[in-house]
Amino acid sequence: MSTSSDRPAGDVATATDPAGGSPAPHGAGRRTSGSDDPDRRRLVRRQRRSRWDLKLSPYLYISPFFLLFALVGLYPLLYTAYLSFFDWNRAYYIRGDFIGLDNYKFVLTDPTFLKSLVNTFSIFLLSSVPQILLALAIAALLDRSLRAATFWRMSVLLPFVVAPTAAVLIFGSLFADQYGLINQFLASIGIDKIAWHVDRLWSHVAIASMVNWRWTGYNALILLAAMQAVPRELYESAALDGAGKIRQFVSVTLPLIRPTMIFVIVTSTIGGLQIFTEPRLFDDTVSREGGPDHQYMTSTLYIYARGIEDQFYGRASAAAWVLFLIIVSIAVLNFVITRYLTRRHTS
Amino acid sequence: MRTTTQRALSGPTRPGTRRRNRFLAAAAVTSLVLGVTSACGGSDDPTESAEQESLGEGEVLTITTFGEFGYDELIDEWNAANPDVQVEQTKISQWDDWKAEMNTNLQANSGMPDIAAIEGDFMPALIAAPDRWVDLSSDDLDGRWLEFKVDGATTSDGELLGYATDAGPEAICYRADLLEKAGLPSDREEVAAALGTWDDYYAMGDEFVKKMPGTAWYDASGSIAQAMLNQVEYPFQTEDDTVDVENPELEAVYETVTSNVNTLSTKAAQWSDDWSAGFKKDGFATMPCPGWMRSVIKDNTGDPAPKGAVWDVADVFPGGGGNWGGSYLSVPKSSTHQDEAMEVAAWLTAPEQQLKIFEGYGNFPSAIEALEDPGLLSSTDEYFNDAPVGEIFSSRASAIEVQPYKGPLYSDILQKFQDAINRVDQGTDPQKSWDTFLSDVQALQ
Repeated sequence: MSTSSDRPAGDVATATDPAGGSPAPHGAGRRTSGSDDPDRRRLVRRQRRSRWDLKLSPYLYISPFFLLFALVGLYPLLYTAYLSFFDWNRAYYIRGDFIGLDNYKFVLTDPTFLKSLVNTFSIFLLSSVPQILLALAIAALLDRSLRAATFWRMSVLLPFVVAPTAAVLIFGSLFADQYGLINQFLASIGIDKIAWHVDRLWSHVAIASMVNWRWTGYNALILLAAMQAVPRELYESAALDGAGKIRQFVSVTLPLIRPTMIFVIVTSTIGGLQIFTEPRLFDDTVSREGGPDHQYMTSTLYIYARGIEDQFYGRASAAAWVLFLIIVSIAVLNFVITRYLTRRHTS
Repeated sequence: MRTTTQRALSGPTRPGTRRRNRFLAAAAVTSLVLGVTSACGGSDDPTESAEQESLGEGEVLTITTFGEFGYDELIDEWNAANPDVQVEQTKISQWDDWKAEMNTNLQANSGMPDIAAIEGDFMPALIAAPDRWVDLSSDDLDGRWLEFKVDGATTSDGELLGYATDAGPEAICYRADLLEKAGLPSDREEVAAALGTWDDYYAMGDEFVKKMPGTAWYDASGSIAQAMLNQVEYPFQTEDDTVDVENPELEAVYETVTSNVNTLSTKAAQWSDDWSAGFKKDGFATMPCPGWMRSVIKDNTGDPAPKGAVWDVADVFPGGGGNWGGSYLSVPKSSTHQDEAMEVAAWLTAPEQQLKIFEGYGNFPSAIEALEDPGLLSSTDEYFNDAPVGEIFSSRASAIEVQPYKGPLYSDILQKFQDAINRVDQGTDPQKSWDTFLSDVQALQ
């Protein structure tokens, strides 16, 4: 029984695969064997031109992105690598001497950096995991025949439209330690106030809730789009087989939206490891480096603090590269795991 | 150009170029990750003065200030009188934010305004790299400002890098109603007589919190630390700019402040949301009060003040006088209108303008002529229980004996020192926090 419900699922998955841009095999590229006939030579030249056209045009069309990327992505990336081997003259804001791996040594032995890494992962886990689960639940709820469906769907996206800075200001007054709304409420029902800006874990919770507030709706809409593409017949046949709502969700919806799930997981991983605005503005002491004891300093904030604030661009660059390598390895890990899971499923 | 692009792009169709695709994909991810740290290498020599242009139609002279300089009305006045040189002000709420932005601009060698407001504590950093800034010295302006203000902005070669805007002689601002409630002297003269030394100040604080357990004695550990620091001759660096933070004077300040955290302080970090809220909610009774603090108090407490709240200011500062803050206007060499910028900066810092700012905002003048003005001396502040603020702050200014030596790292180390105090506010062990401070300072060198 389970195989019969699995098979159509797999079929549909390939049929609705959004990444179905499999390269269309076009015969135009095939070489017509050359002829010495002078009349045909011109034809051949024209054919060659059209062949070039076919081969080159697509790359020309996508080239703007890559040119722009080389300028604003690749160049800073390589320049950062270059800078990470140099000292920095703070007074004049210019590059100092070549100092080899000293910057890396500084960063890797800096307890603040190690602390920021732990914070980064803690905030990442506290935000991404509940965020995706919640987004999934909201998407499932929205994937029903609702009155004024567009209204509900758009309202989910509303937090995403609010500028993060504005959102953090509002959350800042919610989470203020002494006169914050939440703590005043807690005090009024006789519970001890929570030291949001002091306690390490609670500060992570506060920041994660800001991140979740902003991104859950966005992820829910992406998942909803994927759910909408699931053919309704599948639910009917599942219902005929006696599957309840929850069983339908687990056995039909989830397998069919897997590609989108992977997309959402990967993007929120990358985003979750780069959280910056929230901890930066959550800290209302003047240095804004994730709390005076760096309780909630994330690694991107560390890079900013070392580079922009302390004016050690070499050290900041080294930290950026360390963070980059960490994120890449996690992305690779993600990729391997999902690939393993997918393969097991299709076999 | 085009052909090379084409050739390069035709690459991926050839066998063995898959890897290149992969590389591009990896590089695309990289850009997401490293987007934060794109460091721009400015190619122009930043120590070279920018080519001067005249202000064209629709062009304006830009000035960036932080906090409250009180320039809104003055700039309107200037713009009305000078149609050819229109000035546009950008206000940033806090110095530290402006400092970070300015550092970025200087590093990129672009984006600086024609006139930049510089916090007094940061001036030593400008002195350390003077050739990025325009020498503003001029014979007409000799003797205009207090000597210590001019000295603080003058390089060893005699270049003047900033025009002094204000000075920060410190008095004590206090809530008369709360002191009265605690049964302590609340009258201006009585308070002044009772707070001559830091020992007196802390003793009275102990008495106060005993009677008023819900209210702290002062606004923040950080501001008391700053106030005490302003009386230390060599707080962070010795005369030859060697960093020396393990000196007995600094350690004494740290010890005094941190040992009173649990009894006398609000434990809120200065300028934080909780700190601002404390003004309205009877959070504390006294605070060190440089002239410019008056507008901060008004803004945070609300004008008119909440019912029953009475602010007053006493002509006293524990341990003698002290100067806190006071800023400068400087012109970066990247400005393309340096003459006009100098003219506007000189006008804004002239005695007449400083007097108007004192009247409207409380920032205490740094120009000698303004200090001697009879109008200033007779000025009172209704918000502060009609205190004779002109007279009080003038007397505070003349009480200043020590000007702390500020090396190029002063502003940076001060920030780390404030972090250390804030950590203790939050419950970290003072010794542990001090060790972190030492390693933070080590990392700045």
